[in-house]
Amino acid sequence: MSILTETPIDLVPGPSSDRSEGQLLEVSMGPQHPSTHGVFRMDVTLDGEKVVKLKPVFGYLHRNHEKIAETESYLGCMPYTDRLDYICSITNNWAYALAVEKLAGIQVPERAEYLRIITGELTRLQNHAGLVGFLMQDMGASGTPLMYAFREREKVLDLFEALTGARMMCNYMRFGGCRVDVPANWLQQAQKVIDGFPQFLDEFENLLTSNEILMARTQGVGVVTREQAINAGISGPMARASGVNYDLRKVDKYGIYDRFSFRVPLGEHGDVYDRYMLRALEMRESIEILKQAMRDLPAGPIMDPNTKIRGFRPKAGEAYGRIEGPKGELGFYLISDGTASPYRYRVRPPSLINLTLLEDMCLGQNVADIVIILGSVDIVLGEVDR
Amino acid sequence: MLGEGILKGLTETARNFLGSYVSKDRLTTIQFPEERLPQIEATRDFPFLVYDGTEWEAGLRCVSCQICEKECPPKCIYIEKSKDKKPDATGKLQFYPTTFNIDISVCMSCQICVEVCPFDAIKMNVEFEMSSEDRFGGLLLRKEQLAKSNEYYNKIHPTEATAVDAALAEERAKAEAKARQTTEAKAATPAPMATPEAGETK
Ligand code: SF4
Ligand code: SF4
Repeated sequence: MSILTETPIDLVPGPSSDRSEGQLLEVSMGPQHPSTHGVFRMDVTLDGEKVVKLKPVFGYLHRNHEKIAETESYLGCMPYTDRLDYICSITNNWAYALAVEKLAGIQVPERAEYLRIITGELTRLQNHAGLVGFLMQDMGASGTPLMYAFREREKVLDLFEALTGARMMCNYMRFGGCRVDVPANWLQQAQKVIDGFPQFLDEFENLLTSNEILMARTQGVGVVTREQAINAGISGPMARASGVNYDLRKVDKYGIYDRFSFRVPLGEHGDVYDRYMLRALEMRESIEILKQAMRDLPAGPIMDPNTKIRGFRPKAGEAYGRIEGPKGELGFYLISDGTASPYRYRVRPPSLINLTLLEDMCLGQNVADIVIILGSVDIVLGEVDR
Repeated sequence: MLGEGILKGLTETARNFLGSYVSKDRLTTIQFPEERLPQIEATRDFPFLVYDGTEWEAGLRCVSCQICEKECPPKCIYIEKSKDKKPDATGKLQFYPTTFNIDISVCMSCQICVEVCPFDAIKMNVEFEMSSEDRFGGLLLRKEQLAKSNEYYNKIHPTEATAVDAALAEERAKAEAKARQTTEAKAATPAPMATPEAGETK
């Protein structure tokens, strides 16, 4: 790795042809490359099969989210947060609602907190299942694992649809609670999905965990050391796969996470295999949380009665609300000047920050490994570009 | 043993392949459009306007208060308020929208318009097969395309619609009772002087 970076690479006017050991090749992967996630582009410089330089290029999906939010009402921003990480709209809602609740000092009723945990953990389940499926697809296991993962994800999305009306753009949370209470039979349906999930995980792990090809492709690939992860501010499963014990559900105990007993899985090697394994283990912990939350779900109101939906004007001030999203620490920073729209609205997207280590992970690896390293980071471009 | 993991995985694929013949839970797809999944009740996609009775133009609940237009996050509702008032389904004089357009190519199905409407006049539809080659002809819905009867609303979202109907009926009953009270009170105001009790208290 270090030998290759010692000689400066001059890309202008192009790869030089007089290198005795051969030419460098500059490849542009994406934004329409079938194996990148979303519209993400990487300028990769290759020496044979080895990566010597990688420049991530993003911004193709930039939608001016933060600036638009400054012209919207506080409520009007909520459906836009769905579109950040569009796989996990409910956790985005949650982080934003948490920030506004901190800003305005709103209390959330008990039942709403439980519903938030239930929907939030279901979101984590379907995100991780989908991600592992995509990762296998990137690796060349065309279809099969992805199809199984999506089949299970559909069941969770059906639950979301029955509860919120939409499969992906749920727009479920409100400041001071949740928008709607569970419909009749929803809890039984949810219990069925939750009870069936461990069986799927067992089968999924039988299919993948000890597969020799998977191990050969992923072990020792794309290593992030503990120090690197901490220095780069990585969070979520990426950081925990490198052995950083940092889970906001334990650190912040936002909402009512302190009432649940669950473990935080940690990786040892920080390679792609650990990241896969960590997600599989996290899904099992999520199921534990879900079981406890379903058991303890109290009756009661789901909205703080003193919170206005329209004409909501928090006092001037600032607040930062953060949660442990399925991809990492998702934070919203809000400044209010007392008017109906935020004065400043800033998102801390876990995907973007986890992506900053991409070049370090890829240097010296093969081209084919770039794809799985990128897949294991778990990015959603809606959130990276905003 | 090398290859053991792969064999283990193959038994799983076999289990899923064979299982898909007996268990619906293992099926990954259905044959749309020949086969369709049952509609989930809470489903929403684009808004429509509810009218009471049989005449859509006379029965529109919308009183053109323009709250939804203001609150819609991507601002895809366009309303022109009438200058005159005309009786609504209950006979009360109300403003009405002369133009009510929703650009559903911009609409993001967030249902904030539904949440903020104080008159239960706008609700979410479930129709999704709306692809069109004509951006303005097919995707800019006008008042006449948006108007759907209360029966239709009851059909697509039964639970929600029943609750709305009950709340509206209660509101109307209250309003009527209040109106009766005020007319009675009006009729009674000149009376106290003449009544004997009034005279006694004096
Ligand atoms: S639909 Fe409702 S909110 Fe919108 S203008 Fe009509 S009455 Fe007002
Ligand atoms: S659903 Fe949302 S985007 Fe669509 S018209 Fe209503 S408020 Fe506007």
